[in-house]
Amino acid sequence: MIDLINVTKTYETGTHALNGIDMHIDDGEFVFLVGQSGSGKSTIIKLLTAELKPTSGSILVNGYKLESIKRSSIPYMRRTLGVIFQDFRLIENKTVYENVAFAMRVIGASNKEIKKRVPYVLELVGLENKGRRLPNELSGGEQQRVAIARALINNPTMIIADEPTGNLDPARSFEIMLLLEKINALGTTVMVVTHEKGLVDRFTKRVVHIDEGRVISDGMDGYVV
Amino acid sequence: MKHNNFGYLLGEGFRAVFKHGFMSFAAISITVACLVIINSFLLICYNLNLTVEDVQKETRIVVCIDESYTEAESKSVGSDINLLDNVANAKFISRSEALQSFIGDSDQSLFEGLDPQSMRDQFEITLVDNAKIAETKSALENVTGVADVYADIEVGNALATIRTVLYIASLAIAAVLLVVSLIIISNTIRLAMLDRREEIAIMKMVGATNSFIRFPFFVEGFILGFFGAVLSFFIEWGLYELIREAILNTGLEVLTVVPFTEVLLPMAVICAGAGFFIGIFGSLMSIRRFLKV
Ligand SMILES: Nc1ncnc2c1ncn2[C@@H]1O[C@H](COP(=O)(O)OP(=O)(O)OP(=O)(O)O)[C@@H](O)[C@H]1O
Ligand SMILES: [Mg+2]
Repeated sequence: MIDLINVTKTYETGTHALNGIDMHIDDGEFVFLVGQSGSGKSTIIKLLTAELKPTSGSILVNGYKLESIKRSSIPYMRRTLGVIFQDFRLIENKTVYENVAFAMRVIGASNKEIKKRVPYVLELVGLENKGRRLPNELSGGEQQRVAIARALINNPTMIIADEPTGNLDPARSFEIMLLLEKINALGTTVMVVTHEKGLVDRFTKRVVHIDEGRVISDGMDGYVV
Repeated sequence: MKHNNFGYLLGEGFRAVFKHGFMSFAAISITVACLVIINSFLLICYNLNLTVEDVQKETRIVVCIDESYTEAESKSVGSDINLLDNVANAKFISRSEALQSFIGDSDQSLFEGLDPQSMRDQFEITLVDNAKIAETKSALENVTGVADVYADIEVGNALATIRTVLYIASLAIAAVLLVVSLIIISNTIRLAMLDRREEIAIMKMVGATNSFIRFPFFVEGFILGFFGAVLSFFIEWGLYELIREAILNTGLEVLTVVPFTEVLLPMAVICAGAGFFIGIFGSLMSIRRFLKV
């Protein structure tokens, strides 16, 4: 569950990236976050992952109050989120399997747990036969599936994707969205940042529209401009 | 930390040492060089200290009393001498005893007719603190009735001066070299972290704790310091024994050079301690800078 109340963010450069965001996302929802370039979408995500602290306002993520979170609690808060980026962010010299297992290992999972969980998640994203490949031996869509598998591996309550289809052609983009929809159907909250109107309009989902650091519309009416 | 993770983290640290082969080699070499130089200075100081003590132990002051004084008068000068701060004991040697010891085991007939009056009454002084021999010598010269003071202070003094200079020099050099080693190791670790900054970013993103992220880098720094320590210890040993051999062969008996085995334990402790310190603090320095966010 995510709750942003009157959140502002001003960067050190003086840029007012967010000017009072109010947004509530319940467990199990699927939400598109849309808006022009520079409207503040990535800033919201960085606040949700505690990469940045808000200038004012309060942010609640899965029970953690981010405006006052202790440094030592941040890793545990992050384990409730799975984050996906446009550029995949895979480790190039690790295989698909190792990339996914790595995320489990670094939060202290045992080999036994890893051996049990990784194949299940690889199958969920449709990569059950590609575990031994290196990232550069995969298509962009497949690489993004690896990133999704990695985001899912620690069983987060919420998936946050920042332009997950920015590097993919429309057909691959649609497949990735279908995969995220399937993950949402299995019970994980999903928030997808995108500015691909065409893609958003193919789904009937809640759309939160940001402009100049403010929410200008929020509802099931598609990508309103 | 769970057992399986510990093994994993240890492995990551080891792998990194080999992955950054050249930097690791450089870091270990510099550490070895620094430790060898530091330890060499320590060993030189240690041996010089022993030499100074030996030389000073044999240092005596002989005070000759004015030849016009009678034996009784001479003895009374002794009580003035005993009043001096640094005098532990003043042993009276009469003229005839002095003559006797002067003749020693030589053929008595050679010294036939030598009058004890040609000798002077003497005191043989032992000191509380041999290091203050020069001050005591001039104090003795100021005592009324004292004609001459003989003290073998030059060798002891020179060595003591060299020792002091060396002490200060080694402290300074040790400090500089420690800093150099720290910087080199810290840079090696920093390169290792830069090399893996994407991995670190991913680890943070999926919720790895900072201590988990740090641990392999600690291991890497520790290994570098550890190898530096072990290598420097054995290199020092070999070098030391070579030099010791050479010094013993010169026949300069005044120099004390203890065998390395006599300082084995302290040397091992110093090497290990310095190695750990350099390794751990070297990595800490860059880890702190790197993991701020
Ligand atoms: N690290 C930063 N320092 C200063 N200003 C920043 C920083 N990051 C973003 N900004 C500014 O904050 C504003 C919002 O940026 P943000 O990245 O959130 O936009 P966005 O909606 O994600 O855009 P895009 O669709 O292009 O990714 C922009 O004006 C941007 O220039
Ligand atoms: Mg962005």
